[in-house]
Amino acid sequence: MVGLTLDQLKILLTGHSIYWLFIILMMTGFYIVVSRGNLIKKIIGLNLFQTSVFLFYISIGKVSGGTAPILPMKLKVDDFSVYSNPLPHVLILTAIVVGVATTALGLSLIIRIKEAYNSIEEHDLLEEDRSQFSNENNEDRKFGGFF
Amino acid sequence: MLVISAVGVVWVRHLFAAAMFSGIFSFLSALLFVMLDAVDVAFTEAAVGAGVSTVLVLGTIVLTKRLEQERKVKENLRPLILVILTGMILIYGSLDMPEFGSSNTPAQSHLGLTYLESTPEQIGIPNVVTAVLASYRGFDTLGEVAVVFTAGVGVLVLLGGFMRNRRRKDQGEL
Repeated sequence: MVGLTLDQLKILLTGHSIYWLFIILMMTGFYIVVSRGNLIKKIIGLNLFQTSVFLFYISIGKVSGGTAPILPMKLKVDDFSVYSNPLPHVLILTAIVVGVATTALGLSLIIRIKEAYNSIEEHDLLEEDRSQFSNENNEDRKFGGFF
Repeated sequence: MLVISAVGVVWVRHLFAAAMFSGIFSFLSALLFVMLDAVDVAFTEAAVGAGVSTVLVLGTIVLTKRLEQERKVKENLRPLILVILTGMILIYGSLDMPEFGSSNTPAQSHLGLTYLESTPEQIGIPNVVTAVLASYRGFDTLGEVAVVFTAGVGVLVLLGGFMRNRRRKDQGEL
């Protein structure tokens, strides 16, 4: 960071601030996933994270002064028209649909977890698992004493 | 506004409100997609991201519960530090990236340009995104269909068991 003039700093700020916005959004989603115990909240956080990654990806393909990559009807492209990169758009279209499919799978898993444990809080699930595990251990020890 | 709706999801304890906030977030990001020239992505995000996934989340809330358990403030500290650290690392990484909107970056100069140039002769339709999706990268789309099919089968298997158990329980109560 040493030797950075004010002009360079200005360029850095204007050229990258939109990436930083997406990073902040991404981190908000990440925070929800890490800190909330509720499983539905976790899935929503994961969705936020995903959408901000999509935004980031699309912003890489943007060309300033360009338009959407749809050619004129007669398919005559003059050399002066500028289009944004269509490749990230295609990849993200695929990713959005796949994302919804995984969300649906995760949510139906939550419904089953609720049925089995009667709770969707991570805290309760861990406690339940732990108590079950210690019960099994005790039984093992009992049998060990018998034989 | 995007940041506000994202932070809203963090704050509210009612899961219904959280689902609504995530829907708002999706619509706002669809607007941003339009501004970034990605119209196809924008309407997919508005229909699928804001519509379908909000409905799915609401359905799950109906089947499970509405309120989130409260958490101690102390428990939130460690994740916060972790998240801020990760964010700083990512921002540091983004400093090496090309400027937003510049046209002579590696991402712009090879494949995307080829698609834009050759779509009129080879495919002959105006929308380049459709051309790439259905023709040049048709195999990707086939793979996507396979993923969606697998997820659909998974959901059917999981929820099928759920419905069977529920029916059995109802009959047992009768």
